[in-house]
Amino acid sequence: MSHKLLSKKQLCPNVYMTDIEAPLVAAAARPGQFVIVCLAGGYSERIPLTIAGADAKKGTIRLIWQAVGKSTVELGQLKVGDSVENILGPLGKPTHVEKFGTVVCIGGGIGNAPLLPIATAMKKAGNKVISILGARTRELLILEEDFKAVSDEIIIVTDDGSYGRKALVTGPLDEICQAAPKPGLAVAIGPAIMMKFCCATTKKYDVPTVVSLNTIMIDGTGMCGGCRVEVGGQTKFVCVDGPEFDGHLVNFDLMMKRMQAYKKQEAQALEEYKHKCKIGLDK
Amino acid sequence: MNQQQLLDELLKKHKDGTLKPSDRFNIPPQPMPQQDSVERRKNVNEVALGYTETQARLEALRCLQCKNAPCVEGCPVRIKIKEFITEIVEGNFQKALDIIRENSLLPAVCGRVCPQEVQCQLPCTVGKKFKDVEKSVSIGRLERFVSDWGRKQHDQSSPAVAAATGKKVAVIGSGPGGIVVATDVRRAGHDVTVFEAFHKTGGVMVYGIPEFRLPKAIVQEEIDTLEKMGVKIVRNFVVGRTKTIKQLIEEDGFDAVYVGVGAGLPMFMGIEGEHLVGVYSANEYLTRANLMRAYDFGKGADTPIAMSKRVAVVGGGNVAMDSARTAVRLGAEKVYLVYRRSEKEMPARVEEVHHAKEEGIEFHLLRNPKKIIGNAEGVVTAIECLKFELGEPDASGRRRPVPIEGSEFIIDVDTVVVAIGNGANPLIGQTTDGLTLNKWGNIIVDENCKTSLEGVYAGGDIVLGAATVILAMGQGRTAAAAINEYLKSK
Ligand SMILES: Cc1cc2nc3c(=O)[nH]c(=O)nc-3n(C[C@H](O)[C@H](O)[C@H](O)COP(=O)(O)OP(=O)(O)OC[C@H]3O[C@@H](n4cnc5c(N)ncnc54)[C@H](O)[C@@H]3O)c2cc1C
Ligand SMILES: Cc1cc2nc3c(=O)[nH]c(=O)nc-3n(C[C@H](O)[C@H](O)[C@H](O)COP(=O)(O)OP(=O)(O)OC[C@H]3O[C@@H](n4cnc5c(N)ncnc54)[C@H](O)[C@@H]3O)c2cc1C
Ligand code: SF4
Ligand code: FES
Repeated sequence: MSHKLLSKKQLCPNVYMTDIEAPLVAAAARPGQFVIVCLAGGYSERIPLTIAGADAKKGTIRLIWQAVGKSTVELGQLKVGDSVENILGPLGKPTHVEKFGTVVCIGGGIGNAPLLPIATAMKKAGNKVISILGARTRELLILEEDFKAVSDEIIIVTDDGSYGRKALVTGPLDEICQAAPKPGLAVAIGPAIMMKFCCATTKKYDVPTVVSLNTIMIDGTGMCGGCRVEVGGQTKFVCVDGPEFDGHLVNFDLMMKRMQAYKKQEAQALEEYKHKCKIGLDK
Repeated sequence: MNQQQLLDELLKKHKDGTLKPSDRFNIPPQPMPQQDSVERRKNVNEVALGYTETQARLEALRCLQCKNAPCVEGCPVRIKIKEFITEIVEGNFQKALDIIRENSLLPAVCGRVCPQEVQCQLPCTVGKKFKDVEKSVSIGRLERFVSDWGRKQHDQSSPAVAAATGKKVAVIGSGPGGIVVATDVRRAGHDVTVFEAFHKTGGVMVYGIPEFRLPKAIVQEEIDTLEKMGVKIVRNFVVGRTKTIKQLIEEDGFDAVYVGVGAGLPMFMGIEGEHLVGVYSANEYLTRANLMRAYDFGKGADTPIAMSKRVAVVGGGNVAMDSARTAVRLGAEKVYLVYRRSEKEMPARVEEVHHAKEEGIEFHLLRNPKKIIGNAEGVVTAIECLKFELGEPDASGRRRPVPIEGSEFIIDVDTVVVAIGNGANPLIGQTTDGLTLNKWGNIIVDENCKTSLEGVYAGGDIVLGAATVILAMGQGRTAAAAINEYLKSK
């Protein structure tokens, strides 16, 4: 079965959003779950991407991705009407949603995409949602309007101060944790290093914190063990036991090392691809 | 005298009825022609090349046609061994193939990967006479010869399908068990859909067992046959997530379900350093290499794999041999196989152990890793092992390996592949209420492969634990018969 791109939008340099036909996945998808996309079947890479939204009636899912390497760059070259051959999912355990009181949702960079359906679900469940969205610089901030719609409060931070506060997400997070009443839950999704420091921050105040991990995956069904992480001293498979875990128990240092496993080969593949296709990657 | 002359002479005696058992014993066991051991380190093509017609008939003539045919007892699906061998002697290869097909649906696969030396060839009278199982009649190679002959005839036919019954059956997983169930249930006229999580069908036969042992094209032909019979195949569909078994029954109207999801949960050793970069489960290593064809990285395949120089593979089964031999083909200069018992206890097929040695893999027997050592970047640099000796037999009947204290030593490696077995994948169990599992997470079935749920059957590795292709097929047959029976009364 092939899956047609029904819309495509560039949200910021190197970040794309598409609504894509996948009726079975759309019908079953819950916040927090992801799919594995395989561009052309055959021997193309299997790319895990979070389901950033689903419309069961239309039979579509929304994917938002950052073009970082060969496969995601190739995905970014597709136009409306083009198709990808395989989409497997929904995978992973859905987010545990209930009334926690105040929920702080912290998104970093592309992490805003998987965070949005979770924030939406938390709001629906009657929580007060405070969103902290961080980006390196103004033009890299995505989904601000969508977050506004589901948040009671929204705080924007940029590394260079070009928009919102000049701070890291951990700045406002620390303040929110200090205020009474303490948040009932924090959800942090973004680069591993950001999640690590968010967890270090909330730990001080004993605020339970959920993170969504994006380790390297192959099958996504618990068969290969490639996505394994150490959580509370135990081996867990992100694709079936996660992708969400108690952030205070995750061994982030190990995870960050494992994510670098193929750095050299990935760089080589991207170089060759760019060369072959003569594509000018957007600046 | 060349082989052809020998064969002609023997056939003449055979016709005259003057071929004596002693003549048969004098026929040299036919070796398997194979790719040169140096050349094949550089390619992924099949290693064993298959018998010539002359060889096959000579080997077939070694069979004594024992009245009681003890070989058949050793075969899990009871192939009529002496009957099909007779037909080979006579040159009636089509007949031989038909006889095998009565009991085995995937002879080209079984002829290649069955552990014959512990099944049909173990009780063979000829091997007993020579007190050497390797001198038994090479039943597996003959089975392979016949099926390869059949494939060369470009036979496009597929099994006949009975008139439509209007009943629908879902088969979950496209491994050997699933393929057999789909065939047998479809033959009875039911509407069959196979659901497969991967984008390629064939189960372990395509993502685990490497091309050099079982070419993908052979498995693909079986899938093509299924499609020709009108079996629907849905790839990229993970039952339990895309839809649950309950939904398949209640929403999609499936009347019966076969669960053949295999044993896909890799086990680790639980030692220090197991999460370092460069430590793989055999499943990941083999999937990257086989299914994603990482050996063609940059030449059409996008999935990378470690470009290792020194690899240690831990384990002694087929999975370990396949990993070690794959590492060789990926260009590793040194490949060590680390196994905690001795060669005698190795569960791998004898033939594959031979092949591995020929390809230069170094065996470290009675050794086991104690910890994995890495550098500041978290990348593997070495393993520290302990030496072992064999003690009393344990529950498995094999002698228990006992570590020798203070015997630690270090092997420098950049990659470690852990091939110590697979547990049951928990997904189906977690998402199917009322399905009874044992304490290891395997599905419990009765003698008809029926589970605790009405209309739901299961077989293969998810029931047996990591087992074999032929056992999965055997259970598939049983389950299919039970499903056909069940649907009659429904
Ligand atoms: C559960 C999950 C959800 C994700 N959701 C999103 C999302 O919504 N949007 C988004 O932009 N990205 C998401 N990612 C990350 C995305 O899958 C990777 O960026 C992508 O696979 C990189 O592929 P590439 O070939 O373009 O880059 P490469 O050059 O191959 O790799 C670039 C970096 O991406 C990571 N990566 C590489 N291969 C994989 C792989 N198979 N699985 C996971 N990470 C890999 C590595 O850290 C690597 O250094 C998610 C990852 C996971 C595991
Ligand atoms: C490397 C290796 C080498 C081996 N060598 C040999 C050998 O030489 N000889 C031998 O006899 N045996 C060998 N085996 C064992 C043999 O391959 C297995 O016993 C056999 O394949 C089991 O068959 P199965 O039908 O149970 O399913 P499997 O072959 O395990 O296939 C199960 C299929 O189900 C799919 N699946 C899983 N979960 C789901 C889900 N939820 N929804 C949809 N699909 C799903 C999987 O993707 C897979 O394709 C080897 C195994 C390995 C790993
Ligand atoms: S036991 Fe050996 S010799 Fe006897 S019938 Fe079987 S294959 Fe032939
Ligand atoms: S991706 Fe293979 S086990 Fe998680």
